[in-house]
Amino acid sequence: MKVRFAWLTLLVLLGACSSIEPWVQPYERDRLADPIMSFDRDPVSAGYLQKVYDIREGARGATGGSGGGCGCN
Amino acid sequence: MPALAVGTLLCALTGQYGQAAVLPDDRLDVLYHYYDGGGITVSGPSVLVRKQLGERFSVQGKYHVDTITGASIDVITTASEYREERTELSASVDYLRGDTLLSLGVVTSDENDYKGRSFNINVSQEVFAAMTTISMGYVRGSDEIGRSGDPNFAEELDRHSWRLGLSQVITRNLLAELAFETISDTGFLNNPYRQVRYLDGDSPRGYAFQSELYPRRRTSNAVAVRGRYHLPYRASVHAEYRYFVDDWGIDAHTTRIGYTHATVPRFIFDVQYRYYTQGAADFWSDLYPFRDAQNFLARDKELSRYTSHSVRLGASYELFDSPIGFMSRGSVNLVYDWITADYADFRDLRVTETPGEEPGYSLSANVIQLFFSIWF
Repeated sequence: MKVRFAWLTLLVLLGACSSIEPWVQPYERDRLADPIMSFDRDPVSAGYLQKVYDIREGARGATGGSGGGCGCN
Repeated sequence: MPALAVGTLLCALTGQYGQAAVLPDDRLDVLYHYYDGGGITVSGPSVLVRKQLGERFSVQGKYHVDTITGASIDVITTASEYREERTELSASVDYLRGDTLLSLGVVTSDENDYKGRSFNINVSQEVFAAMTTISMGYVRGSDEIGRSGDPNFAEELDRHSWRLGLSQVITRNLLAELAFETISDTGFLNNPYRQVRYLDGDSPRGYAFQSELYPRRRTSNAVAVRGRYHLPYRASVHAEYRYFVDDWGIDAHTTRIGYTHATVPRFIFDVQYRYYTQGAADFWSDLYPFRDAQNFLARDKELSRYTSHSVRLGASYELFDSPIGFMSRGSVNLVYDWITADYADFRDLRVTETPGEEPGYSLSANVIQLFFSIWF
């Protein structure tokens, strides 16, 4: 029963794709394109500081960006 | 709202609303770094250059040197002061095809007693009219560990890392990222120089030392969420939270908040606060009751229970506002970080006391970065 419900939910969500439109248009992304909104504005500096923390802390990982920006360029 | 978020993700994963991605900017960064804290000084240069080749390729090279001098608290109590140098070289190539960006890279790191080699691959895809970026990555590392003065000592360490990322445009002012990474190590994980202490009635100070011994496997998971919000004027605020847990019993929380101010012509100012706290590894102890008290032994402060606070101040100055020759932009940047750490159970053995009654160790560090960036 639970499996059926999960599949039904998945199908409904996939069907909803046709109704979900991008709600921030490319011409509305001027602020997102500002360098001060970048997660990785200065990669050489960010990489160095992360190394400083990694060496001294037990935790590690999930520090980098997802490799993409905001699609603003 | 959760249904909308899940729906957005599913739409993204099914590839709808695809749009072309872009290659990273062409730029050159030349950085000098200086770290002074806990009896250690680390300094050196770091140079990063990235250049687009044609419409679809971009290459990157990086050169980084750490010159390390001094004696940390671990060394003061069991060994002598040292000086060493670490050189890191890395190269990567990005390939852009439509809305997909494929990156391949290699990193080498060399010290007199440690060689690190790693290979990484990352794929990212912009979807949903470039409102969503999904990425996956894998890193394979292979290290060779030696010990100064002991030519017969040779150990190895293998590392596998898997990464998943999702960045999302939430509103015209708000960006969010979600990142997950699992890392698995197999091999020699402890420090060949560090030691643990145990109670010893025959020793005048009441304790003696023996080599530390870590498990030869470690698997960790980390998940992070971060966001950036553009304020009504040219400034932004950002926040981040990361949760970490591993199979050695360590769990950690990292929180970061910051503000970037760019209303003064040519200047960008940054201020940031970071809070970090972690629990100790299950087998960690500052003072074991006797020699070989456990199958695994660790007294590294990095695996102990502690909290850390960091404050950052940064300033960036735009050198020119119109292109000069091949350079489109240029900036000079100064960043200062002040880091403190207070260890709850790691005792300061520079103080002579009844074993186990010594005060807890704490340190503060100053980290300075001066760098020039040129875009071309």
